[in-house]
Amino acid sequence: MPVNILMPALSPTMEKGNLAKWTKKEGDKVKPGDVIAEIETDKATMEVEAVDEGILARILVAEGTQDVAVNEIIAVLTQEGEAAGSAPAPVAKSQQPTPEAAAMRADQSAPPAAPAVIQAPPAAAPVASVAADPDVPAGTEMVTMTVREALRDAMAEEMRKDDAVFVMGEEVAEYQGAYKITQGLLQEFGARRVIDTPITEHGFAGIGVGAAFTGLKPIVEFMTFNFAMQAIDQIINSAAKTLYMSGGQMGCPIVFRGPNGAAARVAAQHSQDYSAWYSHIPGLKVVAPYTAADAKGLLKAAIRDPNPVIFLENEILYGQSFEVPKLDDFVLPIGKARIHRPGKDVTIVAWSIGMTYATKAAAELEKLGIDAEVIDLRSLRPLDTETIIASVMKTGRIVTVEEGWQQSGVGAEISARVVERAFDYLDAPPARVSGKDVPMPYAANLEKLALPSVADVIEAVRAVTYK
Amino acid sequence: MAATRTKAAPAAVKAASKTSDGPAKAARPPAAAKATGRAPSTKSAAAKVPALTREQELSAYREMLLIRRFEEKAGQMYGMGLIGGFCHLYIGQEAVVVGMQMASKAGDQVITGYRDHGHMLATGMSANGVMAELTGRRGGYSRGKGGSMHMFSAEKHFYGGHGIVGAQVSLGTGLAFANRYRGNDNVSLTYFGDGAANQGQVYESFNMAALWKLPVIYIIENNRYAMGTAVNRASAQTDFSRRGLSFNIPGEQVDGMDIRETYAAGLRAMEWCRAGKGPYILEMQTYRYRGHSMSDPAKYRSKDEVQKMRTEHDPIEQVRERLLKEWQVSEDELKTIDAGVRDIVAESAEFATNDPEPDPSELWTDILK
Repeated sequence: MPVNILMPALSPTMEKGNLAKWTKKEGDKVKPGDVIAEIETDKATMEVEAVDEGILARILVAEGTQDVAVNEIIAVLTQEGEAAGSAPAPVAKSQQPTPEAAAMRADQSAPPAAPAVIQAPPAAAPVASVAADPDVPAGTEMVTMTVREALRDAMAEEMRKDDAVFVMGEEVAEYQGAYKITQGLLQEFGARRVIDTPITEHGFAGIGVGAAFTGLKPIVEFMTFNFAMQAIDQIINSAAKTLYMSGGQMGCPIVFRGPNGAAARVAAQHSQDYSAWYSHIPGLKVVAPYTAADAKGLLKAAIRDPNPVIFLENEILYGQSFEVPKLDDFVLPIGKARIHRPGKDVTIVAWSIGMTYATKAAAELEKLGIDAEVIDLRSLRPLDTETIIASVMKTGRIVTVEEGWQQSGVGAEISARVVERAFDYLDAPPARVSGKDVPMPYAANLEKLALPSVADVIEAVRAVTYK
Repeated sequence: MAATRTKAAPAAVKAASKTSDGPAKAARPPAAAKATGRAPSTKSAAAKVPALTREQELSAYREMLLIRRFEEKAGQMYGMGLIGGFCHLYIGQEAVVVGMQMASKAGDQVITGYRDHGHMLATGMSANGVMAELTGRRGGYSRGKGGSMHMFSAEKHFYGGHGIVGAQVSLGTGLAFANRYRGNDNVSLTYFGDGAANQGQVYESFNMAALWKLPVIYIIENNRYAMGTAVNRASAQTDFSRRGLSFNIPGEQVDGMDIRETYAAGLRAMEWCRAGKGPYILEMQTYRYRGHSMSDPAKYRSKDEVQKMRTEHDPIEQVRERLLKEWQVSEDELKTIDAGVRDIVAESAEFATNDPEPDPSELWTDILK
């Protein structure tokens, strides 16, 4: 019986990839372990090996095809003397399968199931209708880029400007970044300033802090913030407190950055949101951008900031594209929220990946006749209370959205501030949408249940608006 | 034995032989400085130790005495309730930091843990500023916001004063990283104790320091007790000079009660670091006379043990004896030094007692720049 060769998922969050090259041609005999193709994702180029023995009877996706969905049939393997049978016609080069078509194919082909990702919009599509940022001059030319590219550009620009800036972390140099955020930096800046570290978070965080005490400006990349728990003593006890403990003598101009929160199907130890943890600490600044423009402008600000800055990124956002102002030196202020979507009926406050739930919910709510104002906090410390309070005074209702846990969470803090400062303006108790109070499960259905959803946000908004 | 040590750490042989034309040759650890943690014997070392000049001996005497008298006064003021919280005295260990400072040059950085008053004075920080920090006053180095364990001086390249055991080792390695990054020839003098030597981040730091050839001297002040736990109850390997072996970091055991030995070892280590060869470990075998902190009744060791160290190995008495006998310094001359030191300490106590507490507005300053 012919065997379908499917587009493989090469990382937990991969939804599609480019078929860079076929290393076998139609009619070739292959056996298990033979490299048959090269597949390029936004993170790496990987070789695909044959699993079964047979003849590569038909190639259905030509090499060079972009954005091939995971689980799409890319070739058919037959046994000697067997016909290729009724395989689907080859996909034309650069044709993008519609999501529905991709899903249908995924349904037809049994194993392995595509990772149940995630509420993210397709990578190539810029997010529409971001309200104009008052920090961007009117009429500025915009370019579309991914969050990943924006972060890389921010670091590269600051490194060009200031020799005191350097990047260190696991796989930041030769591997080009575990998530390709530091791609190309080694080539431009060399091994002195782009430094691969051993897998010793506690140690290299301390080394970064020590270097920062002398006035250097390290960017310490954690492969994910889950691993920064090994280093949290140095971040809090050394980086955050030394300025105070030294009576203002010794600053710590350092950036700790990396992906934070749940990726996809990586379970409890790799899926934690540290927003609340770091935003608790005086002496730190905490930034958690959503758009590529904010990622760029705020990372540049973080690198220049004389204080330790925790820069929380999100893996699922890395591949998403947004409009970024084409300016020589685009720097945004830390500690200032942005009204992402103006509205009058309810205030939805979110940040980072939480914005994907908030914006989708706002679009749905519009159909129900509810005009939501969406605030993208961007920074968690300092927290822009003024923008939130002003919005709540207008709308009288607030829903917070976060992937982290509810107890002692950022939503809890916002709710408290709103109650303290705008109690008389509230027409309903504040509502919090959050991750469920459980460690992140692995199973696809349970993971989905553990995370907040667009439906949760809609439900919370309907509750506070009594609609 | 020195032979055992050098066999275990071949790189150290090279380091020592490199400087063997000078005092270094004679500056091998004394025969008694074994991994057993027994008291280093100044008698057996006496034949080999390098000599200091008269001026060096006088200066070392004064510096060590300043630390001793300062700490005695701090202990007294703690008893009077003028100093709060934790207070860890350096009495007995003075030769370690003073010898290392004699061997260092301007620009070298110093970082240590919480038993830090001696290091501050040795780097040239003012007794007034340190004492006023101990009493939590506005004239303290941290304007009263750091206290005994958290003091800094950017001017004197003193990077703290750290209360988390072992944290200063990664931080000190970071100071060395900055030196290498900037391409200067400064060395980071990173001090920690036998207790901190068991922390995981110490070995993470050793690995990176050796990997990147960072100019850092790890000075392990082995005073035999991590709080109340004797070295052999906490450490599988009590020869701390060997703790860098798997990273090829050379190490030496040094009689930390003898200023001549600490100085000579400091010179060897600094030459190694400044030559771009990477980190170096000095296990300073020393002893603290006082408890771990002011609230330590010291039930874990005998009074005899303490007394024996004080009478036979006191770092200050050793210098004093040499000054009188070998350098013909008069009692009067030493009394003048003693008086000068007492004046400095008395003035610091006076200042630290009368200096006002920080302005309440200081609560909210220095959180962010």
